[in-house]
Amino acid sequence: MENKLDYSIQAVSRKQKKNRIIFSQKVAPYIFVSPFILSFLIFFLYPSISTIIMSFQEVLPGETKFVGIENYKKLFNPHFYAALRNTTIYTIWTLIILIPLPLILAVILNSRAVPGRNFFRSAYFIPALTSTIVVGIVFRLIFGELESAPANTLLKLLGLPAQQWTMHWGTGMFLMVFLASWKWLGVNILYFLSGLQNIPKELYESAEMDGAGVFRKFFYITLPLLKPVVIYVLTISIFGGFRMYEESFVFWQNQSPGDIGLTLVGYIYKEGFMNNDMGFGSAIGIVLLIIVFVINIIQLKITGAFGKEG
Amino acid sequence: MKRFSTLLLVMVITMSLFLTGCSGDSSSSSGQEGKSENGATKLTLWTFGEQHAEFFEFMADEWNKKNPNKKIQLETTVYPYEDMHNKLLLSLQSGVGAPDIADIEISRFSNYLKGKPQLVELNDIIEPVKDKVIQSRFDIYSKNGKYYGIDFHVGATVIYYNKELLDKAGVDPDQIVTWDDFKEAGKKVVSATGKPMITIEVDGPWTYWPLVVQQGSDFYSKDGSVIVDNDTNIKTLTFLKQLLDEKIAVVAPGGQHHAEEYYGFMNKGGAASVMMPLWYMVRFTDYMPDLKGKMIIRPMPKWTADGKRSAGMGGTGTAITNQSKNVELAKEFLAFAKLSKESNIQIWKQLGFDPLRWDVWSDPALKEPNKYTEYFGDYIFDILTSVKDEINSPTVTENTPKMNELVIQSALHKVLREKSTSPEHALKSVANEMRKQ
Repeated sequence: MENKLDYSIQAVSRKQKKNRIIFSQKVAPYIFVSPFILSFLIFFLYPSISTIIMSFQEVLPGETKFVGIENYKKLFNPHFYAALRNTTIYTIWTLIILIPLPLILAVILNSRAVPGRNFFRSAYFIPALTSTIVVGIVFRLIFGELESAPANTLLKLLGLPAQQWTMHWGTGMFLMVFLASWKWLGVNILYFLSGLQNIPKELYESAEMDGAGVFRKFFYITLPLLKPVVIYVLTISIFGGFRMYEESFVFWQNQSPGDIGLTLVGYIYKEGFMNNDMGFGSAIGIVLLIIVFVINIIQLKITGAFGKEG
Repeated sequence: MKRFSTLLLVMVITMSLFLTGCSGDSSSSSGQEGKSENGATKLTLWTFGEQHAEFFEFMADEWNKKNPNKKIQLETTVYPYEDMHNKLLLSLQSGVGAPDIADIEISRFSNYLKGKPQLVELNDIIEPVKDKVIQSRFDIYSKNGKYYGIDFHVGATVIYYNKELLDKAGVDPDQIVTWDDFKEAGKKVVSATGKPMITIEVDGPWTYWPLVVQQGSDFYSKDGSVIVDNDTNIKTLTFLKQLLDEKIAVVAPGGQHHAEEYYGFMNKGGAASVMMPLWYMVRFTDYMPDLKGKMIIRPMPKWTADGKRSAGMGGTGTAITNQSKNVELAKEFLAFAKLSKESNIQIWKQLGFDPLRWDVWSDPALKEPNKYTEYFGDYIFDILTSVKDEINSPTVTENTPKMNELVIQSALHKVLREKSTSPEHALKSVANEMRKQ
């Protein structure tokens, strides 16, 4: 009897020891985050380091050799400039459209006076759920080149000449920005709506008592209190703009005439896979990384996100 | 303890999710060494064309009937064009996961010849039939005298005329001998029908490249130097621009002859002719059904009195990868499926391609009715035989994918669509950029 008890006490203490390690406050967090650390190491850090190494190499099957900054020198060519220009202009357009417009819509949808606002909330969000590729194909058909394509039919009804949408720089840029705006509007509305919910109603009530109108309330309460959300949306929109690929791919499959739809990511894909020049592709990727990094640092600095109150 | 086991379970699930994500590829190709239950050796094949896969499966059945002691079990996988080429490139770069046999499209093939080719040399199966095939079609897939791929077809470029429109204008296609005749006939067609004589690809290579190759010129010379800006090429591009300026030709709707817009336009009798290789026939039968019985096939017009009347364009090289565990068997099968007389007849019958071996072109089997003879008539191979010695093939180098892209985007787009620069200037700038590569 005594032995048994002894044994069970030992077992309990062994179990406790084990439990103490596993459930100790020091170890447990590491166990919980380990899947993410692992995935970070395997799918992010390792490829990133390989990319940096590869950007200094000529990568060919069976023969890989270091070529110094040869790949970076190759960047000074008209295609890279075209890609950089297209991506930058595209990003600026998406910022111009995809921040003010959803902000205003969110404010409208947040007001109780709007009838059927739940319907509109979901209606705006649905495009975000559809795949860019599927929607892109539909867009491609709408903006077809023939006079009988839907968009051209509409233009003709308005008395305007038919367009070869995917064949010219201006219309091509319009298509990409239009597709992106259509798709991401709802997501940004959602961010702003959640920000709006956090603004205390008392502020509006006291402002009303002081006699503030709709615009004053918007500019003196809504906007300042939404600032963190705006900065967040701005940051991810810059990322989104520079990593854009699908919007261009659906219209031209990476073969846009005169580089009108070439983006930086498309250029990586083209050089890396279509021309089997992984080294050069990596170099473009590194440059893209640096560009996005620098722009975002500047942006966060200007908007004061590093400040104490941010 | 319960908490601990739950935790463990969660971790195991997470890890297994990662691992299955990584191993998706290797499991599909791991079966290639083993023999299946009926003693057949497994061979894997990747392609981007559904019809190619069906053809290979048919040939595998035929092979098994003839070689009961060396049976194969062919596992074909059809991927989308881009996917397949990228997947293959990555598996060859990394050394794991490639199939035994793979179809590689001509414009991508040179990517796989860079560095040390990861493909198996095929000289020993090609040499025995060398005198019965169109030799230039093999040079495309070679490096330093070693062959790495076998094509399906010659891809002889021809002109498909819309007989109805020509008749309306009183033009006899057999009187069109030179490109000057073609231009004159075009003027008649335009004034009589209001339709353009021909369409020009601006977002694809299939108008400009064949015209250049037809004259014995190319973008690269045989020794690999850039000649895209030579006089012949400038003259040819100028000729296309003239056709457009004089409204004899239009830019193909959709920019190329494989665009949805183009099929619709052509099917309604949009233009009196189109110049494409013979493998384009299937696009007529499948996508332009209204033109059945109205289209006729003729050789290309010549540039000079003793000029050639065709050019072999396009193609798909079937290659064996060095990751294959059964290289010898794969070679034997490939020789059977693509180089034998029997297979060449099947290539016509099933795929509608002009087969590589010209010794089957006169075979009665090629006159048997099928959807192509019903659509165009049964004289197709008479035309082909008559131009047999006039089929140049393009020179393909390691930089061909990039060259073609530049020619299309910088020269064709700017000269023919935007009309923002001269043919000479555009081609010179392409040449300068490519010489720096």
